[in-house]
Amino acid sequence: MDYDTLMQILGSTIRLGTPLLLACLAGLFSERSGIFDIGLEGKMLAAAMAAGAVAALSGSAWVGLAAGIGASLIFAALHGVASITFRGNQLISGVALNFLASGITVLIAQALFGQGGRTPPLVGSARFHPIELPFVEALKDVPLIGPLYSEVISGHSILVYAAMACVPLSWWVLYRTRFGLRLRAVGENPAAVDTAGVSVVSLRFAAVAITGVLCGLAGAYMATALQAGFGREMTAGRGYIALAALIFAKWRPWQALGATMLFGFFQALALRPDVVEGVVGMKVPVSMLDALPYILTVLVLAGFVGKAIPPRAGGEPYVKER
Amino acid sequence: MTLMKSLLGAAATLALTAGLVAAEPAIIFDLGGKFDKSFNEAAFNGAEKWAKETGGTYKELEMQSEAQREQALRSLAEAGANPIIMTGFAFGDVLNTVSQEFPDTKFGIIDMVVDQPNVKSVVFNEHEGSYLVGMMAALASKTNTVGFIGGMDIPLIRKFGCGYAQGVKAVNPDATVVLNMTGTTPAAWNDPVKGAELAKAQKSQGADVIYAAAGGTGVGVLQTAADEGVLSIGVDSNQNYLHPGKVLTSMMKRVDNAVYEAFKEAENLTPGINVMGLANDGVGYAMDEHNAALVTPDMQAKVDEAAAKIKSGEIVVHDYMSDNTCPAATF
Repeated sequence: MDYDTLMQILGSTIRLGTPLLLACLAGLFSERSGIFDIGLEGKMLAAAMAAGAVAALSGSAWVGLAAGIGASLIFAALHGVASITFRGNQLISGVALNFLASGITVLIAQALFGQGGRTPPLVGSARFHPIELPFVEALKDVPLIGPLYSEVISGHSILVYAAMACVPLSWWVLYRTRFGLRLRAVGENPAAVDTAGVSVVSLRFAAVAITGVLCGLAGAYMATALQAGFGREMTAGRGYIALAALIFAKWRPWQALGATMLFGFFQALALRPDVVEGVVGMKVPVSMLDALPYILTVLVLAGFVGKAIPPRAGGEPYVKER
Repeated sequence: MTLMKSLLGAAATLALTAGLVAAEPAIIFDLGGKFDKSFNEAAFNGAEKWAKETGGTYKELEMQSEAQREQALRSLAEAGANPIIMTGFAFGDVLNTVSQEFPDTKFGIIDMVVDQPNVKSVVFNEHEGSYLVGMMAALASKTNTVGFIGGMDIPLIRKFGCGYAQGVKAVNPDATVVLNMTGTTPAAWNDPVKGAELAKAQKSQGADVIYAAAGGTGVGVLQTAADEGVLSIGVDSNQNYLHPGKVLTSMMKRVDNAVYEAFKEAENLTPGINVMGLANDGVGYAMDEHNAALVTPDMQAKVDEAAAKIKSGEIVVHDYMSDNTCPAATF
């Protein structure tokens, strides 16, 4: 494998890893506050459809992005009402929302455009285009750094850089602000937070709303930056891989970046079986590479690689008085 | 009492008239969905053509999951639909069982052979059509590297890839064919994001013409190829219009004709195997105003010459599914 190929694979890693990263951070906020969210997939799908449809109608990717976040927030609110207000089972609510998203996205897109549940192809300013960072031309011929800068770091859509910025931001919010401290506490011991006079319900709703915004970014990224429009079930299970990455990262933001980029790297490698064969020296089935994220997650859960301890109050609705 | 009598009478008349009307044909679309701009959509177009010409109506059903197949087929047969046409190899096993339970109903299956007395199996010589577009790809390529992106890794899709590779090598024996499959599960038919990354990966390996035989995933491949400034080749339906001037051609598989013919035969559907190849216009390549500028008369002449030779038997394109090997490519 030569250097250029490596750079190409790393560039691919970032494109494929970004939706995972956004969804993983989304799950991080929700689960840290004690609300399990298996509905990341559904939120991304709803956001992708809304972003694709509104961008096609308005001709602006930014309006599409806002619509995507809006749609994802509606789903997040439904999940919040079901699991926080009515104290329903969080897993069941999440699964139900996934089913709802799978059906309703196609239904709405079909009703709007009549193209079989697709949104029309986006052109021009209705899409987020790759942006060239400064000095790409100047650095191009510098060995090693030049290709790294132009292939891997530069040339992504603005949403990729936004996603990367979300990592330190999430860390700062969770570990350096009062809100973050309370949010983590409410996932560990809601009764203590309640005793301190802080509302558990509003904290959890805030966390679920942040989840909605991040999933909205992920969905819009897929429909208006990576692709030019929404297609049926286009998230293709990325919400579940993000959940696996969340466990692998043990519910921490920087580790989430590492885990999602690692999983993105596996996906990028699976696109280049010739390279894998060259490096390993034997033919590796593509499905093996596709399954690696899950295998690693199972290893983590089984306790082979450190210990994954979920937030203690996760999955349990908070009941103030019996 | 009189009211009861007249109601019963009306019901009886209704039942009688219903018996007189010929049974409705039905069509079942496979997992890619009715509007995949490709395989299933071609089937839908055929059914619509029949409906428009005859004024008839037909039942339709879209698969949502693997688990539904048997139930869907059985409920349509119980409802009296005849004939029932289904698109996709995946119905093979299910149809084999269900067709025996309903010996008076006629079934048609596309892309698979089911050996039952009441089943018509329509298969296409995709390798022949793919051979022609492979020739075109090699003629249009400047880098001498072309790509193929399949959907789910199944023998049928390898048949596409194998025919394509043979066509490429026939024009330029030194050309490189980069072959990729999107995945090994049915989700591979609907993952445009992965299709897009595959197209980018193939471009980085030098490919400047990419043939997508991947259902909904192919939409992503064609989009990315257009974005990245390389040519693409569509599949099953004519996909040239999706990105005018950027899609070299489309490998046409006339699923629409197959469905149309089957609906026309109605209850007299002839059982047996029906092979649709170049010779009976079952497969071919698409030319229209959207790709006229990309295909030179010289290219077209060469491809048409090869098509004539395939029809006459002078050129034999190897069918991957006949022995699961390919002389021109390794999967």
